[in-house]
Amino acid sequence: MTPTQTDMIVVDDVHKHFGGFHAVDGASLTIAKGSITGLIGPNGAGKTTLFNVIAGVLGPTSGTVTMDGEDITGLPPHDLFAKGLLRTFQIAHEFSSMTCRENLMMVPGGQSGETLWNTWFGRRRIADEERALRARADEVLEFLTISHLADNKAGEISGGQKKLLELGRTMMVDAKIVFLDEVGAGVNRTLLNTIGDAIIRLNKERGYTFVVIEHDMDFIGRLCDPVICMAEGRVLAEGTLDEIKVNEQVIEAYLGTGLKNKAAAG
Amino acid sequence: MDVLNALVAFSNFVLVPGIAYGSQLALGALGVTLVYGILRFSNFAHGDTMAFGTMVVVLVTWAFQGAGISIDPLPTALLAIPFGILVTIAMLLGTDRVVYRFYRAQKVKPVILVIVSMGVMFIMNGIVRLIIGPGDQRFSDGERFIMSARTFKEMTGLDEGLAIKTTQGITVITAIIVVLLLFWFLGRTRTGKSMRAYSDNEDLALLSGINPERVVMVTWIIVAALATIAGTLYGLDKSFKPFVYFQLLLPIFASAIVGGLGSPLGAIAGGYLIAFAEVTITYPLKKVLGYLLPETLAPDGLVQLLSTDYKFAVSFVILLIVLLFKPTGLFDGRAH
Ligand SMILES: Nc1ncnc2c1ncn2[C@@H]1O[C@H](COP(=O)(O)OP(=O)(O)O)[C@@H](O)[C@H]1O
Ligand SMILES: [Mg+2]
Repeated sequence: MTPTQTDMIVVDDVHKHFGGFHAVDGASLTIAKGSITGLIGPNGAGKTTLFNVIAGVLGPTSGTVTMDGEDITGLPPHDLFAKGLLRTFQIAHEFSSMTCRENLMMVPGGQSGETLWNTWFGRRRIADEERALRARADEVLEFLTISHLADNKAGEISGGQKKLLELGRTMMVDAKIVFLDEVGAGVNRTLLNTIGDAIIRLNKERGYTFVVIEHDMDFIGRLCDPVICMAEGRVLAEGTLDEIKVNEQVIEAYLGTGLKNKAAAG
Repeated sequence: MDVLNALVAFSNFVLVPGIAYGSQLALGALGVTLVYGILRFSNFAHGDTMAFGTMVVVLVTWAFQGAGISIDPLPTALLAIPFGILVTIAMLLGTDRVVYRFYRAQKVKPVILVIVSMGVMFIMNGIVRLIIGPGDQRFSDGERFIMSARTFKEMTGLDEGLAIKTTQGITVITAIIVVLLLFWFLGRTRTGKSMRAYSDNEDLALLSGINPERVVMVTWIIVAALATIAGTLYGLDKSFKPFVYFQLLLPIFASAIVGGLGSPLGAIAGGYLIAFAEVTITYPLKKVLGYLLPETLAPDGLVQLLSTDYKFAVSFVILLIVLLFKPTGLFDGRAH
């Protein structure tokens, strides 16, 4: 695969083995700049694992990941973050003892306040940054329609609201590409629509590229083009959702092979 | 009058020593709890880190004393503490570089790190004994008392005296300053907040762009400062003997665990709880009770619930009781 100008991410023949089990087994795909790409596949297909490899949480057994033409394989998460690659978790993560606003304000790592020197001697600059951060966090909360939760402890809001907060984290910096793992899991219809709206707006207004793992086909159909289907650690098919839906291999994967994969895992 | 005398006797033998010892334990437990919260293992080398830091302070103090530098009436050791902290920081960062970082990269289980820290403990212990020897070292100088028992008696006319040692006063004041600084740092500064975030949810912290190596480095720096200060205060109050610092590990761990591992507030509460329990239970209360009870009821024995030889058992028992009824400790350290 030769990367082109329009490719944001190129995943080339990535394998991730857990012992003898091949969770990702030779996956190759490209994510076009400015797209909202859907990633679907039965449970255990290796979608989350592939996200983890791309986002630097797991090193791949083999294969490469390229971002904007640069090899990013195996870089640690905070380096990828600095390059504008962000992800959210299948199960929402939050700093539970901090408020929602503080959660958002935690995000942009690596500013003046991060050095010990500035902690003691750069108070003025830090204060200015804090103010800017706070304003931005409030904007984000407003955008996500959860301003009223600003001062609530993040550990105490609903699962769906945590998903929104996760999306909010990606808005605290100017991300280039955001990987969303099952944004809709456990989220009610209204909230899911809010999340969908936010994704579309971020894509249009801020030029974020998205890769979205989701099981809700209506959601995928509304947002995503193209859609990539994975099964058994490999990419089965790519195309519009309508094309994918009638793909023989995809249908077969959804009918049976998910189970086989599970047996292999156990 | 008897009530007052009882109160003074109690203050003299239990309250004042308890507060001082509690402050020392609290500072030690803070170091343990920070390592647990951020690096996620119980650091068995902490007692010997305290010994190492104190040893440097002792050596620098001697050098100052030799050169005739002093801050009389305060102990010269106060002047030497910054040097002790710097050398201990170098020591801990070096240890992290050579030892812990390797295991961190492998993402080993916490229990492996605990065992590794025991190795570090033995090495540090060896280094300290090699340099300064295993014996008892005195290094406190300056004014011995803020208030001696005699002055107190003259002032108040009571039978009982209340003595407050300079080192006890210094311990408490220093502990208050250090704790306020630490809480300000953790609660208000970005670096402190990223440490809390990292302790709260490591995965999320990483994906929020927080550099874990920075967090780890800052943690070791703070731990070095806490250990050196705690060790020096303890040494000033009692004396410096490397093996005693190894033994301190038990009450320090008990404090951190009772308070809730990972919780700074808990470490402080735990420190005082353990200290007071230890002092109260091993101190002969005969004198105090003698004032309070009518003569016929006055105790025959010393009313010493436990010989001082068994003082470490107190930590154990409290630990056991708290863990039985509230396994997370008094304060929940990890907010999950
Ligand atoms: N850390 C791990 N160790 C062992 N097996 C794992 C690990 N993580 C995931 N797996 C296995 O890899 C397979 C793919 O999982 P995952 O990537 O979560 O699938 P998906 O997100 O597509 O549902 C599953 O069978 C899962 O059990
Ligand atoms: Mg998944």
